Amino acid sequence: MDEEPLIRWDWIGRNWPNIQSLLADHVVMAVLPVVFALLIALPLGLASVRWRWLYQPTVGVMNVVYSLPSLAVFIVLIPVTGLAERATVIVPLTFYALAVLIPAVVDGVASVPAHVRQSAVAMGFRPLRRLVSVELPIAVPVVLAGVRVATVSSISLVSVGALVGRGGLGYLFIDGWQRQFPTPIVVGIVLVVLLAVAADGLLVAAQRVLTPWSRARRAA
Amino acid sequence: MAVVAGAAALGARSARSHVITFDGVTKRYADGTVAVNDLHLEIPTGEITVLVGPSGCGKTTSLRMVNRMIDASEGKILLDGVDVQTIDPPTLRRGIGYVIQQAGLFPHRKIVDNVATVPYLLGWDKRKARTRAMELLERVGLDAGLAERYPFQLSGGQQQRVGVARALAADPPVLLMDEPFSAVDPVVRADLQDELIRLQNELNKTIVFVTHDIDEAVKLGDRVAVLRVGGTLAQVDDPETMLARPADDFVREFLGGDRGIRRLSFVPADLPLRGDLTVPIDAEVSEAAGAAASSAVSWLAVVDGEGRPRGWVSTEGLPPAGKVADLRLLPYGTFEVNGGSLRSALDAALLAPSGCAIAVDADGKVAGVATREELARATAKVAADGAAQPAPAEQAAQSEQAVPAEGAGRG
Ligand SMILES: Nc1ncnc2c1ncn2[C@@H]1O[C@H](COP(=O)(O)OP(=O)(O)O)[C@@H](O)[C@H]1O
Ligand SMILES: [Mg+2]
Repeated sequence: MDEEPLIRWDWIGRNWPNIQSLLADHVVMAVLPVVFALLIALPLGLASVRWRWLYQPTVGVMNVVYSLPSLAVFIVLIPVTGLAERATVIVPLTFYALAVLIPAVVDGVASVPAHVRQSAVAMGFRPLRRLVSVELPIAVPVVLAGVRVATVSSISLVSVGALVGRGGLGYLFIDGWQRQFPTPIVVGIVLVVLLAVAADGLLVAAQRVLTPWSRARRAA
Repeated sequence: MAVVAGAAALGARSARSHVITFDGVTKRYADGTVAVNDLHLEIPTGEITVLVGPSGCGKTTSLRMVNRMIDASEGKILLDGVDVQTIDPPTLRRGIGYVIQQAGLFPHRKIVDNVATVPYLLGWDKRKARTRAMELLERVGLDAGLAERYPFQLSGGQQQRVGVARALAADPPVLLMDEPFSAVDPVVRADLQDELIRLQNELNKTIVFVTHDIDEAVKLGDRVAVLRVGGTLAQVDDPETMLARPADDFVREFLGGDRGIRRLSFVPADLPLRGDLTVPIDAEVSEAAGAAASSAVSWLAVVDGEGRPRGWVSTEGLPPAGKVADLRLLPYGTFEVNGGSLRSALDAALLAPSGCAIAVDADGKVAGVATREELARATAKVAADGAAQPAPAEQAAQSEQAVPAEGAGRG
């Protein structure tokens, strides 16, 4: 064991197809929760802006969920969604992402300056059109900042699913640990980090395209 | 159906005059604050009416009740006789331009699209709306190159101009402006004010302009309405009358200490002019001495070949020979003979060691000289016209201020 090198390149070569499919599985299980959470957080966040009393209870529930240990949640879900199923990972991760994205949507809409909202009213916007063409576009930078946090944490949390049989690249950690063989562990860590960096970079690029007015403001 | 009725009312209005009537309007907020109290006010068509008063006196509230961003608690607001309560708010608002202090531009839209906001809302096609927006940018004095920028890339003054262009985009007959120039520095503010006066001369909108700055009110207003805290109307008058005859102590105090001097801005410089107090720049010194002696004065205004003023010469201690051009020319001030105010004439006199003001025509050519005696007589007459005022002690102090021409002449 002592002379075992940190990386055995030949192992990587032999297992490459397997690593690739783990990576793909990881991406799907990390990204879908963020997409679902965004679809849920938008209406819920907007409702919380419209009816302020909704906000505290919603965020409270989300924070309790967020505080639950992920492994415990995975295990509780097994009877419902099945062992080694994607859903067992995707469902809890969706809740974690929601805990980040609901406040992001609420803060995003709150980031619209009062004078901008009022001048929209004064120009003669009706409420729905004002929401769609003034308030939501201005909320985009704040919401996207939340999406970045949710995405990166989702990518890292997927690995825990390996303990219930479905963890994408997390499988490599378990495999390496069980066999006292460092190469898969190193490969897993590097790929998870690369994935997180790539996803974040993609989101930053998306933000630049979507909100040129806000990028330039930061530069100025 | 309210929408249709509203639009019809709006259409009818743009064909007629655009009077706004506050008929016993009171606004009581939920917490019991009475922001506006039984306001009766007629805002005439095609004029700038300024609502002015200290902070919290209900100016913004009054303005926002016109486009129903706030609804009145009691009383009615009529637009050409139509109660605004009967018009669907978004429809009403699309027919009323609105400009606020921070401009309120949409940060995520390019300047041209900001300006085209209301045309878009009215369903104009995009090309037409943008063409209209470009026209307006030019109209408010902005470079077409700014059209594709975002608001944060513009200075405060430029943003404010965009705000005005946006308010005018759909050519609304009525414009509401809530302290639109308060947040920019004084030089830019003066530019924007001049620009508004120029625009209004072309457009003849019915404008309600809110400010806490009495100088701005006096400069812009065809009529000025002073409000006091508690939301009651203290006085409505044209600025000149208000400066001459403030209704009470509150208005007098609000108008400020140099009310007498400022009043002179509204008095035309109807001064007798002397034509014998000038000398051509290419004349001989001896000619100047002769002219001074025959007019019994010790100052002459030097005029060049094109008839423009060059300065004053003192005719005391002249050299025996030489040209006027070689003498030391002293500073001078001018006022416009047609349309200039008595204040501008006094100002011109204060710039010259002679204490006299040079009158020029529209081309800048010398039309004559107003002597300090005539200036003193004119200011004394203004003081006498205002003497019907209730506070004699203050009147005395004011007229002392109002004849500085003589004092300056001695210097
Ligand atoms: N939404 C509100 N609720 C309660 N009081 C208000 C509200 N808006 C304004 N006020 C009060 O009404 C008064 C007039 O306000 P405003 O019209 O904004 O004055 P101004 O524009 O002249 O400064 C102030 O005393 C202000 O505090
Ligand atoms: Mg105000």
